[in-house]
Amino acid sequence: MKKIFYILTLFLFKFNIAYSLIEVDITRGNLDPLPIAVSPLHVDPQSNNYQDVKTKELGELISSIVEKNFRSTGLFNPLNKDAFVQKPDIAHLKPRFEDWRLITAQALVTGKLLIKDEKLKIEFRLWDVAANKEMIALAFTTTPSNWRRVAHIISDKIYERLTGETGYFDTRIIYVSETGPRTQRIKKLAIMDQDGENTKYLTLGNELVLTPRFNPTNQLVTYLSYFRNLPRVYLLDIETGIQEVVGNFPGMTFAPRFSPDGKKIIMSFAEDGNSDIYTMDLESRLVERITEDSSIDTSPSYSPDGKYITFNSDRSGLQQIYIMKSDGSGVKRISFGDGLYGTPVWSPRGDLIAFTKVRGGKFYIGVMRSDGSGERLLTENFYQEAPSWSPNGRLLVFYRETKSGKKGEGFTARLWSIDITGYNERELKTETDASDPSWSSLLSK
Amino acid sequence: MTRSLIYSLSFHAVMILLTVLSLPFMIRQPVDLPPIISVELIQISDKTNIPFAPKARKVIEKVKKEEKRVVSEQAPPAAKAKEKPDRIPLPKEQDQKKKLIKKKQNPEEIKPEIRQASEFEKKEIIDTNQIAALIDKAKEESTKVEKSKKKLTQSSVKNSFASGLTLSEADALRAQIFGCWTVPLGLPYDDDLLVRIKLELKQDGTISKSEILDHERMNRPGQKFYKILAESALRAVRICQPLRVPQTGYEKWKDIQLNFNPTEMLKG
Repeated sequence: MKKIFYILTLFLFKFNIAYSLIEVDITRGNLDPLPIAVSPLHVDPQSNNYQDVKTKELGELISSIVEKNFRSTGLFNPLNKDAFVQKPDIAHLKPRFEDWRLITAQALVTGKLLIKDEKLKIEFRLWDVAANKEMIALAFTTTPSNWRRVAHIISDKIYERLTGETGYFDTRIIYVSETGPRTQRIKKLAIMDQDGENTKYLTLGNELVLTPRFNPTNQLVTYLSYFRNLPRVYLLDIETGIQEVVGNFPGMTFAPRFSPDGKKIIMSFAEDGNSDIYTMDLESRLVERITEDSSIDTSPSYSPDGKYITFNSDRSGLQQIYIMKSDGSGVKRISFGDGLYGTPVWSPRGDLIAFTKVRGGKFYIGVMRSDGSGERLLTENFYQEAPSWSPNGRLLVFYRETKSGKKGEGFTARLWSIDITGYNERELKTETDASDPSWSSLLSK
Repeated sequence: MTRSLIYSLSFHAVMILLTVLSLPFMIRQPVDLPPIISVELIQISDKTNIPFAPKARKVIEKVKKEEKRVVSEQAPPAAKAKEKPDRIPLPKEQDQKKKLIKKKQNPEEIKPEIRQASEFEKKEIIDTNQIAALIDKAKEESTKVEKSKKKLTQSSVKNSFASGLTLSEADALRAQIFGCWTVPLGLPYDDDLLVRIKLELKQDGTISKSEILDHERMNRPGQKFYKILAESALRAVRICQPLRVPQTGYEKWKDIQLNFNPTEMLKG
């Protein structure tokens, strides 16, 4: 009896000493770039040479493109290759995670490639160094001359796996290349990869060109050029080089942009000092008037679902941003700050509208929600405008003119990009002066 | 008869003792205390093992000195006599005086700079308030910033209180994990993205077992961001180990749950 009593008492004591689970809330972390090690891709010794592709160096070249892409995001910190202790081929089979942890890597990229029978076969792996496990493994086969694109596609896959957002590396930017003095400026349409490589010129520079925009499939470009000294909206097929004037308007048309489904072009048409917004169906060639106001309505841009249009108008006296339904009904002003607002562009995510703002002699690139709230000015300068969204809605590309020369007599125009948080502002490499950029959607979807 | 009485009495005594001991453990949610608890942060810093405590103490001492100075300036009439009669205080001085006097009237109010923050935090951990200011270069109203600051402090205090760790211990752990957690920046701020990780710890603070409590959510379609966040949280915990745990009371903290919630940070 006694024993039972003692046991019972002890048991009850033990039971009551059990503690409740401790909970700690972690509501903050650091925003430092993620340390990532991009090991050079191992080149299979059986690889053949292919035209002018430097097979032996290809592994290094691809990894350096991936590295460069990551560094440009501001979200990753690619680690110095000199610190790597494991050889690429062994690291690709089974990394010694403790070695990679020593150099503070949190993620590791390894891979190998083989060129055989005029085909390039690349495989890569992304490893979580802290968890000692593989996060993603993919293989591609393509023609060896496509190696740059493969590097961008690998970057996109890793970016998506680590951030949750789709990447934007396998994309192109179309812009207006500018050369010559201000009074005799030669403007050509140019296209390049997002990292500034592979620049190609699409027009000869005989006519002035402005505001090029991609269609959703990146095959067609609409832009403004001069026809019989009158600005008109054109359509250009990048593959065939065929150009045509859009619509049969009696006056000047400008500020063109494709609808999200690529079936229509929306633009401004000006007549007798008044400009309104029109759309033209590319199949039926039917023209539809969207706004009918005595003011200047221009710079239309569709929402990603195609249900709404944002544009700028001076109907309230000063140039401000408005939204309306795609049939032109329900016009609503959304910008109410000091200064002038222009070139609104709807984000591919649908939540934000980017714009240019002019206030006190300065130009700002900013974003606001589609209801006009949460206005944020991301960057300020003496002259900058024409924002265009990256396909994932994370970055904006725009152009900025700055004075040059000893006395500031000249000027240069360059493309810049900035993250929507206002961080990571950087200049994009272009062969010439550049303006009016437009970012394509992902080439490989 | 006597023996039975003794048994009965001792049994009852044990039961009463058990009830007294066990009752506090049954209270899972303590009463929501008013912000006065934040005073605790300063007092406890004397004992804390957080390296930034001396700095916090210096700030506190400085504030105390300032308070004393206000009293001495106001109290002795001689000091007033020394001042030139025609001297008009500059607007800045006036503001400062006003602030100090207000402080004296309400000693519970804490200056924003007293909030415990390490050198480490200042450099590497971005405060939600700083993010708000950085993201919004147009400078949003400072009142909003104040609000979010207050909210954060209260939630931290409440959480530590409920956890059973002292404030300093919880803060030390939190500060350590803040530094290790690289928050994925592409996350949507309006989603419910709370990641709960249960850890089983060894006495030296290393992890013997880690488990994501809602791990089945990771593989559900449309939960890509949750998966990314959960992985980043798990990575943070692994990088951080050994965790900065108290030297005593192993039984108390051998099982611990970390709730990772970046919403406040992402909202800015």
